[in-house]
Amino acid sequence: MDAQHITKKERMAIPRQEMPAQNPDVRNKNFREVNLGYTAELAQEEALRCIQCKDAPCIKGCPVNIKIDQFINLIALGDFTGAARKIKEDNVLPAICGRVCPQEDQCEKECVVGRKNKPVAIGNLERFAADYERESGSVELPKVQPSTGKKVAVIGSGPAGLSCANDLIQLGHAVTVFEALHELGGVLMYGIPEFRLPKAIVQSELEGLKKLGVNFVANTVAGRTVTIDELLSEEDFDAIFIGVGAGLPWFMGIPGENLLGVYSANEFLTRVNLMKSYQFPDNDTPVFNCKGKNVAVFGGGNTAMDAVRTAKRLGAEHAYIVYRRSEAEMPARKEEIHHAREEGIEFLLLMNPLEFIGNEAQWLTGAKCLKMELGEPDESGRRKPVPIKDSEFILPIDMAIISIGNGSNPLINQTTPDIAVSKRDTIVVDLNTMATSKESVYAGGDIVTGGATVILAMGAGRTAAKAIHEKLTAEAGK
Amino acid sequence: MYKIISSVFLAENIKKIEIEAPRIAKKRKAGQFVMIRVGQTGERVPLTIAGSDPEKGTITIIVQGMGKSTRELNSKEAGDTISDIVGPLGTPSHIEKFGTAVSIGGGVGTAIAYPTAVALKEGGNYVITINGARSKDLVILEEEMNAVSDEAYITTDDGSYGFHGFVTQKLQQLIDSGKQIDYVLAIGPIPMMRAIAEVTRPYNIKTMVSLNPIMVDGTGMCGGCRVTVGNETRFACVDGPEFDAHQVDFKNLTDRNKLYLPEEKQSAETFAHQCNLNKLG
Ligand SMILES: Cc1cc2nc3c(=O)[nH]c(=O)nc-3n(C[C@H](O)[C@H](O)[C@H](O)COP(=O)(O)OP(=O)(O)OC[C@H]3O[C@@H](n4cnc5c(N)ncnc54)[C@H](O)[C@@H]3O)c2cc1C
Ligand SMILES: Cc1cc2nc3c(=O)[nH]c(=O)nc-3n(C[C@H](O)[C@H](O)[C@H](O)COP(=O)(O)OP(=O)(O)OC[C@H]3O[C@@H](n4cnc5c(N)ncnc54)[C@H](O)[C@@H]3O)c2cc1C
Ligand code: SF4
Ligand code: SF4
Ligand code: FES
Repeated sequence: MDAQHITKKERMAIPRQEMPAQNPDVRNKNFREVNLGYTAELAQEEALRCIQCKDAPCIKGCPVNIKIDQFINLIALGDFTGAARKIKEDNVLPAICGRVCPQEDQCEKECVVGRKNKPVAIGNLERFAADYERESGSVELPKVQPSTGKKVAVIGSGPAGLSCANDLIQLGHAVTVFEALHELGGVLMYGIPEFRLPKAIVQSELEGLKKLGVNFVANTVAGRTVTIDELLSEEDFDAIFIGVGAGLPWFMGIPGENLLGVYSANEFLTRVNLMKSYQFPDNDTPVFNCKGKNVAVFGGGNTAMDAVRTAKRLGAEHAYIVYRRSEAEMPARKEEIHHAREEGIEFLLLMNPLEFIGNEAQWLTGAKCLKMELGEPDESGRRKPVPIKDSEFILPIDMAIISIGNGSNPLINQTTPDIAVSKRDTIVVDLNTMATSKESVYAGGDIVTGGATVILAMGAGRTAAKAIHEKLTAEAGK
Repeated sequence: MYKIISSVFLAENIKKIEIEAPRIAKKRKAGQFVMIRVGQTGERVPLTIAGSDPEKGTITIIVQGMGKSTRELNSKEAGDTISDIVGPLGTPSHIEKFGTAVSIGGGVGTAIAYPTAVALKEGGNYVITINGARSKDLVILEEEMNAVSDEAYITTDDGSYGFHGFVTQKLQQLIDSGKQIDYVLAIGPIPMMRAIAEVTRPYNIKTMVSLNPIMVDGTGMCGGCRVTVGNETRFACVDGPEFDAHQVDFKNLTDRNKLYLPEEKQSAETFAHQCNLNKLG
């Protein structure tokens, strides 16, 4: 069909184009990407489903307000590189967001087509355009403004820090990104697995930033290696953006949590993704040997899905999700839940662990669990799980992975007491500028919101970059 | 890449390595450590900062070849590089004027206790050091320890040098002699630290130990280093590594450190095999 002459009715009649994916029984044994991406034909067909609404409500659903109607039209017209550049006006990491955004709660939720049919696959199209641009080698480096002579330090190389660095370097400021780990990228590298977000994509985004002139310094922990105050006074940075994420794993505080075989999702995923222990012994870092074992992941978010699917790929006989509410309440992306089920993950819903049980040598052997039912809605509007009397039973497992969320790492707060934090230890900011209570220091991403999403972290990085730029240019004008 | 400035054996299998790391050299305090990754496929291993030269921009570590990572590190010479080093990590040793402080090191633990012994001396304490080793050739840092100590003792298990016996026996002797002891710092193998805790417990002597759980990031992000202290879970890399010896659950620590025994063995064997092949080639 032809993008210029298609009627609305014809557009509405096209079914949503499914994303081609690896066969579930094959992919649950490898770490290659699950989704294979649209072909140009599939992308154009899907793009035709967009009815080009005048007010395009989908844009309001996107936290960074990508001009969705326009980029989709460009895809329909076959101008894929043009589409990628249109997206990049608002989102610097489209290949990543197209893959990991919870679209069903954001852009696609507002899509008009979605009222009667399935919404336009905005995320899949975004991913297609970005991949096309990268793979065809047509990525253009943006123009960098003449140097302002100002220096900005960015702490943390996750999506918040990267997007902030990207905007500031283009505006002519010198940018140095400090990262605690030996590898850049934050959760994109150490958390989200290869099978959902290939690391080569993150690397290519990092390469782009390096080419623009961003200076990356790994192995530097703000608060330990250098403090915020030292960066401002001794190293002459004019402003600082803190994007250190929410990286302090919560445990459940139940008996047996320190038995051998009980992990936090952070530790399990860090070992596998960052330290590549799935390639042990070629890589030195070991991880629990899941082969033929029963593994249970406690939680229902994206992290839990990533952990359980990783355990399955490492050879787990049974890989369970144990979640205390029902599937409808799970915070994970719908696609991940769907993919997990296809891969043979077993969902034990409405179940809550009470205690971990171990053997003589202190290895985990099981989890004592309680069955739950849904009661009245709680403050979050979700129906609250309540225990069913006398429903205790023991789930035999060899490994438990706790994935109930993360708090804030206190290293920066402890060494910079004049940055105000909330009761939950998140940094308090003015949401219009991301300015903290400390002069010249800004913050954004998970360290401000608590564990949230890639796109929100990116949006925060950009808001801060804009405010930092305004402040620095106002100072220069004085 | 970080450059090794010097690398010398102090005893069989124990090496003193000086590495270029200017920011760490400037910042580090006694009791803190670094995480090191020797090469691109290496694991991250925690090692205590034994000393530093802020002017020169270097730090010193003292490493005992245990398994693959530490032996690989010890195979490096001056001029070689390592992939990554990050720090200083952990909470610095708490230093105050306790009065008489006894610093006890067992094996390579002496290297870890040394910087804190220095700090205790600078903090105005009367410092007694007890350094234990299996035998005479394994005694390290004797001169350095003598220099910071008001009284220095060496113990060897086989009696080939100094006091014949364990560090615990020497400590008991000091207590029995009626000496007022206000503070004990003990660093070494877990059974040694556990035994010291039992020696001082009846006398209520404040006793600190430096725990060595398995770590990954060393920044509080993974929780793998969790230890049980006073029935609470603490992350050794940020809350420690030093904790009140009388509160530590040593059994849990001993058990947890066995998590990767088969894998450690496999890595060490492969590494030894490769070394032999290299020698032959
Ligand atoms: C397993 C997992 C799966 C997820 N899946 C999704 C998904 O599908 N979709 C989605 O939208 N979101 C997902 N999220 C959430 C998303 O990844 C985060 O919201 C996002 O990465 C936050 O970005 P950030 O830049 O604030 O922090 P991070 O990505 O956490 O990056 C922070 C960086 O700062 C570094 N750092 C920390 N402390 C210091 C310090 N003191 N000095 C220097 N550097 C420091 C850290 O090492 C890290 O590299 C997932 C999260 C996890 C853990
Ligand atoms: C805070 C701290 C400070 C330390 N300081 C020193 C020091 O100054 N000098 C020194 O020689 N050693 C020190 N260690 C011990 C040192 O980290 C281990 O010997 C080293 O990690 C062993 O690695 P490997 O591959 O050579 O041996 P492996 O064969 O892997 O293991 C040997 C033993 O080391 C322990 N271990 C293994 N991997 C790790 C890991 N990632 N983190 C911690 N322990 C591990 C295990 O209990 C194991 O039994 C310290 C440990 C900690 C936690
Ligand atoms: S960035 Fe996320 S929310 Fe925005 S259009 Fe893309 S997929 Fe949708
Ligand atoms: S709401 Fe849906 S149909 Fe309308 S412009 Fe946006 S994507 Fe297209
Ligand atoms: S080593 Fe990861 S939290 Fe301590």
